[in-house]
Parts: sequence; C-alpha cells; structure tokens
Amino acid sequence: MTWYAFFGALEQGFAYGLMVLGVYLTFRVLDFPDLTVDGSLPLGAAVSAVAITNGVPPYLSLLLALAAGFVAGMVTGILNTKFKILHLLASILTMIALYSINIRIMGRPNMTLLGKNTILDPLYNLGLSPSVAAPILFGFVSILTVIFLIWFLHTGFGLAMLATGDNKQMITSQGVNTHRVIIFGVGLSNALVALSGAMICQNQGAADVNMGVGTIVAGLASVIIGETVFSGRSVTRAVVAGLAGSIVYRLAIALALGLKLGRFSFTPSDLNLITAILVVAALTLPQVRERFRIR
Amino acid sequence: MIALERITKYFHRGSINEVLALENVSLKVRRGDFITIIGSNGAGKSTLLSCLAGSHPLDEGRITIDDKDVTSWPEYRRAGVISRVFQNPLMGTCASLTIEQNLSLAARRGQSHGLGLGVRQRDRELFREKLCQLGLELEDRLKDSVGLLSGGQRQALTMLMATMVRPKVLLLDEHTAALDPKIAHQILVLTRRVVEVQDLTTLMVTHNMKQALQMGNRLVMMHRGRIILDVDGEEKSRLKVEDLIERFYTARGEEFSQDRMLLV
Repeated sequence: MTWYAFFGALEQGFAYGLMVLGVYLTFRVLDFPDLTVDGSLPLGAAVSAVAITNGVPPYLSLLLALAAGFVAGMVTGILNTKFKILHLLASILTMIALYSINIRIMGRPNMTLLGKNTILDPLYNLGLSPSVAAPILFGFVSILTVIFLIWFLHTGFGLAMLATGDNKQMITSQGVNTHRVIIFGVGLSNALVALSGAMICQNQGAADVNMGVGTIVAGLASVIIGETVFSGRSVTRAVVAGLAGSIVYRLAIALALGLKLGRFSFTPSDLNLITAILVVAALTLPQVRERFRIR
Repeated sequence: MIALERITKYFHRGSINEVLALENVSLKVRRGDFITIIGSNGAGKSTLLSCLAGSHPLDEGRITIDDKDVTSWPEYRRAGVISRVFQNPLMGTCASLTIEQNLSLAARRGQSHGLGLGVRQRDRELFREKLCQLGLELEDRLKDSVGLLSGGQRQALTMLMATMVRPKVLLLDEHTAALDPKIAHQILVLTRRVVEVQDLTTLMVTHNMKQALQMGNRLVMMHRGRIILDVDGEEKSRLKVEDLIERFYTARGEEFSQDRMLLV
C-alpha cells in the first residue's frame, strides 16, 4: 500500500469513525438496531453544505448538522417508544422520510462546495497538504468524541443508558424513564452520524442524497471488527475499539482495492462483497480462536 | 397507608383468551405491615403486585399511597416509593454492569441520574459495608460484572439494591422460589432482617404456606382474582397449615356448588 492510500484510509477511518461510534451507541449500548443512520449521514452533509453556501462559518455548520441529526434520531426514538413501533421499522421509516427531506433541504439531489470555505481551510493556511490535514483534523475530532463518550458512559445518566440496553425491567424499577433514555440515546447517536456526514461532505467537497447508502453496513462491520480485534469487556475498551474498528475496516478495504493477483484486481463495485467477507471473518474469528485453544 | 380500592384487571380483554386476573380487589395496607400473600397458580398474587408497582394499567379501581392517588403514575415514577424483587434472580440486576455500577443505580432510585460520575469513591465505601452484611464475600468484587455471579448471589444483590434507598413499600414476588434451598433460606433471613431494621412495609408473595405463616404479621389468601382470607396479629399467629388448606378448600367448594347451581 502506498503512503497516499494509507493516509486516505486513515482519513476515512477517522471521518466515518464518528458514525461508527454512533452506531455503537445504538447497536451495542441501547440494543437498538437503528437504520436511521443511512438518512442522517446525508442529512448532516446536506445541512452543513446548505449552511456554508449561505455564508455560515464551516465550524458553525457542524453544530447545525449535529442538531439536525439529533432531531432525526429523536424522531426514531419517539416512533419506537411513544408510538410503539418496532425499533427496526421505526428507524426505516425515519430513514426513508429523510431521503425526501434531504432533497428538500438542498433543493436538489446533490450540491457542491466548490470554492467555498471548509473546516479544513485553517489547516491549509498553516501550510499542511490536504492528504495530511484531513487525517489530523478528523483524528482530533474523533478522539475528542471517544473521550466524551467514555466520560458520558461513566456518568449516572450513562449508566442508566447502559442498563436500559441490558435490562429494561431492572432500570425501570430503579425509577428511570426508559423512553426518555432511548429517545436521547438514539438522538445522540444520530447527532454523531450527522456530524460525520458533515465532515465527509466538506472533505470531498460535495453533499449527495445517496452518500448514506450502506452506512449502517459499514458501521456494523466496523463495530464488529473492532470488537473482534480489540475485544474487551469494559465500556472504555469498547468505545476505543469502535474507532479502531473503523480504521481497520477502511485499511482493509484500501488493502483489498490495491490487491493485484495476476490479471485480477478488485474494483470499487466489489466493496460490498469485501465488506460482507470482512464481517463474516470478524464474526467467525473468535470461534476459530476458541477451537484452537481447546485442542 | 396504601389503599387498593376495588381494582379490576383483565388480560387480553375482548379476545377469546380474556382472563379476569383481579376482580374488585380491595386491600388496605397499614404502615409497617408485613403481609404474606398465598394462593394457587393463577390466583392473581403476582398480578396484584404488578398492578401496585405500575407494570400493568388497571381496568378499574384506584391505588393511593399516603393518600396520594398514584393510579395514573407510570411504573418508573412509582419506583420512587416502591421497590421490588422478582422471582427471576436475573431480572433485578444488570449482567453487563459491575456490582458497584448496579449498586450506584440503586442508590439513586427515584432521583435523577445526572451527568455526575456514576460511581464515586465515597459510594464505594458504603457499598463495601453493605455487601459485607450479606456475608457472601462480594465486598472485594465491586468491579466484577454481575453476570459472573450465581443466581443466589444476584438475588441477594437485588435485595440489597431494593432496600438501598428505603422504600415506602417493598414488594417481594416469590423472590426465593427459583433458588436452591440453602440460599433461599439465607435470602429469607436477610429479608426478615432488612424488613425489621428498616421497619419496612412489605408485601411478599409465596407458594410456601409454612413460610407464609412464619413470616410477617398478616396473611392474605387469594383465589381466582379475589381475596378470600385476610387475617392478622393474634389470629394469624394461631393459624396452622391445615387451617389454610381447609380455608382454601372451603373457598373452592363454594365455587363448585355455585357452578353446580348454574348447571342445574
């Protein structure tokens, strides 16, 4: 792999890492399979792109994306808790609704940021090249988020959230309104996903309504790979493993795409196949390890 | 102190599987009462506790605690004054959290779970002291996850959690039925001690008539969703298992004769 490809994978791993942390929050902490992310990732991109085009400072546009994602997640949470719609279905409903909403926000299916300011400009002004600036900035943001999540999951409210995903009856008996926890938790998760979308959009210079397709698959793949490679029981390790899993996933894809066996090589359209194989490998690796330990 | 007034509860109402679980049940619980509740399967004992805890909405009737109408309070809100130990020892604790994290959730029962640190250093000392009283050597395992504990240990922990913050009412739903005899006995001893030390108002459902006679100051027998016997004090202490069986068959017999009347 070339250094260029390596930094590219690192950059993607960090930028999508926020999304993976969001998926970890719903999928693992709340035990809430949430497909909203396929819609909230482009939502963050759309909100950020429209805001920047209208003269909002790029960093402020991230906050708007964060808020928009939070609201989208809350909608899913409310559909599930208050309207008693199955979590999976509730999230699919929000996801498809967001497709239309994202086009409404942008006024068209996609939008470029050519010639506009982005969050990366301050780093370029320091003389950093784009291939170095992006990994540094995204790495910084995602490590901050990891620290935030570790702190959050150790607070009283964070413990209540962990308990909600584990044993609803128990935490209800301790006086916690699980509806509120779920609505907030799914909101927080999608806020992170939307932030991820906003950063990706500014990095690639465009927002597209279809950029969210397959987000949940990449997110789950990263979470599962992270768990397999950096397995551990504590919440701290699990959160770090989420981000690390995202990087490993992007590196593995970069490796596969750079692979040449004689006349055979992978093309970007093979990405889904590679993802599926990676997840199967991550899921079966612990069993294989177990078997060798016994023998 | 707690008053259940003419409460009625159906399950699957309106379908062919309709069950009348509680029929016009009224019960006045006085402060400091320790009531044991017995009855055959499907008598409505557990439903009574669930209705009191707020897990099921009532079809009719109302519930007041200290003259406050709590009928419309959701379960989590009632948890501020009511704590509960379930028959299933896995139900009262979180397997993936550590012992100290479980205890810290219990220490905040009924309060807001804010953004302060979940487990603080001064909590740990209190937890260790409380765990010491259980005599199960859990005091040095604060950071072990609860999933590593046995069913009996988890039930003891649940008892501790239920009484960490003194509840106005403690509900015990056959809390020793799923345990082996030795640990079941330990849990009963623990129950008796906690109830006495904290002077708790308690409702305990049990299948064991001997237990029902030995524990508490008042005994309630249920059958087919109704209370068919309610004795306390002197009268209860004179009761024997045979008396209970007789009372039970009398109640059932009356029902049979009524059924026969219907048939004739």
